[in-house]
Amino acid sequence: MMASIIRIKVNGTKKRVEVEPRELLVDVIRDKLGLVGTKVGCETSNCGACTVIVDGRAVKSCTMFAVQADGKEITTVEGLSKDGELHPIQKAFVEKHGMQCGFCTSGMLMTAYWLLNNRRNPNDGEIKRHFSGNLCRCTGYQDIIESVKHASRLMYPKEEQIEVSQ
Amino acid sequence: MVSSYGEGGKILAGGQSLIPLLKSRLFAVPHLIDIGRIEGMRGVTEDKKEIHIGPLTTISEIESDKVVREHLPALGDASSVIADPLIRNAGTVGGNVCHGDPSNDIPAVMHVLGANFVLEKTGDRRISDVENFFVDTLQTDVRSGEILTGIVIPNPPERSGSAYLKAEKRAGDFSLAGVAVYLELGKGETVSKLKIALTSSGPKVMAVDGLYAIIHGNTLSPDVMGRICKRASSVSRPVDDVHGTAEYKRNVVSMLTGDAIKIALDRAKGGRR
Repeated sequence: MMASIIRIKVNGTKKRVEVEPRELLVDVIRDKLGLVGTKVGCETSNCGACTVIVDGRAVKSCTMFAVQADGKEITTVEGLSKDGELHPIQKAFVEKHGMQCGFCTSGMLMTAYWLLNNRRNPNDGEIKRHFSGNLCRCTGYQDIIESVKHASRLMYPKEEQIEVSQ
Repeated sequence: MVSSYGEGGKILAGGQSLIPLLKSRLFAVPHLIDIGRIEGMRGVTEDKKEIHIGPLTTISEIESDKVVREHLPALGDASSVIADPLIRNAGTVGGNVCHGDPSNDIPAVMHVLGANFVLEKTGDRRISDVENFFVDTLQTDVRSGEILTGIVIPNPPERSGSAYLKAEKRAGDFSLAGVAVYLELGKGETVSKLKIALTSSGPKVMAVDGLYAIIHGNTLSPDVMGRICKRASSVSRPVDDVHGTAEYKRNVVSMLTGDAIKIALDRAKGGRR
C-alpha cells in the first residue's frame, strides 16, 4: 500500500509526515516525530498510557490510525511545559507525588489536561469517572486524584473549590 | 468508493471496535474506507415528529447532547457507561450500532426507542427498521456497498420515559448484562406501552416480547413488576463464562429490569421524556 502524506499540528508546530495507512498514531508520534513521552502500554485500548489530545479531546493514540488524524491538532505530553517551565498539572503531579514508576503518567497528565480544560473544579466522582480509561498498576489512585485536584487549584486559583466527593 | 471495493472494503468510523479487532488478527480486510470526516453525518437534530442522529456523532457528543438528555434519556444513560471516556471521545454511535456486537450498549436502546436506520449506496437509499437491522453476532442488515447515513428515532410523546442500566465487573468492561426500557403512561397510573431489550444476553440484542399481555390495563404493582422481570430474565440467553454463570446473569437481568423500569417511570411522571 502506498504511503500517504498527512499534515498535522503537533504541540503547536505544523508537521508534514509520510505514513503508511496501517500505521497507528502512537507509532508515528513516537517513531517518526521522536516524541517518546507518549507510551505504548497494553495496545488493546485498555490502559490509556498512549493518551493524547486530538482536536481538544483526549483519545487513545494506539487505537487511531495516523491517517485519521490528518488535518488535526495534536497535543502530547511534550506540549504541556512552556519555555522550560512545567505546566501546573505537571507541577501538581510532582508536588502530590501522583506517580510511582511513571509509565502511566504521561497518559494521566493528558487526561487531566482534557478534564481541567473542560471543568475547572471537578469533584472526586468526576475525576474517577474521567480517569476510568487510564490504568496505574503500581499503586492506588488516591495520589493521582489528589494531584488532579491540586492541579485545578494551581490552574484556577480563584475558582471556588468543591471538596465533596461524588 | 464503498461500492467499488465491495466485500474487500470495510468502513472505518471511530475505529474503537474495528482497530482492536484488526490488531488481534481476529479480522482482516484488504481496504479500510475512512468515513470519519463526512461533516454532514454528525450531530443531533429534532423536529416535532423525529430525532435525527448523525452516525458519526461521537459517544461523548451523544452523552452531553441536550436533545438526547431531554428526549432520549436511555440513550444518554447508555452513552455515559460505554467503555471509558477516552474511547467515547473517538467512538461513534453509528459504529456502535453497525458493529453488531451483542455486548454493545446502544443497540438495546435503539430497540426500545424504535429507531430506523437509513442505509445508502450509490443510487439507492432504504430504511431498515430496528427489528430487522440486528441479524446475528457481528452481523447487521448493512449490505455490501452500503453506509449507515442516518438514525431516525420517533420523538417520544409526553408522559413517556426511558432508561438504560448495565452491570459490569470492572470499569470499562463489557457488561454482564444491560437492560434498556421505554414506557408510556396511559390513564392514571397504568402503563400503555412497555418495551425492553437486553445487552450481553444472547447472540444479538434481545428484545423482550410478551410484555403487552402482562401490562395490559395494569399499573406497575409489585406483582406486575415481578412478572415483567421474570419475563425479561426468561428471554435472556446468557452463557457461563469467567464473568459469571448463566443463572447469575439471568438474575442480573431481572434486577436491572426492575431498576430501569423505576427510573423510566419516574422520568415519565416528571414530564421528562
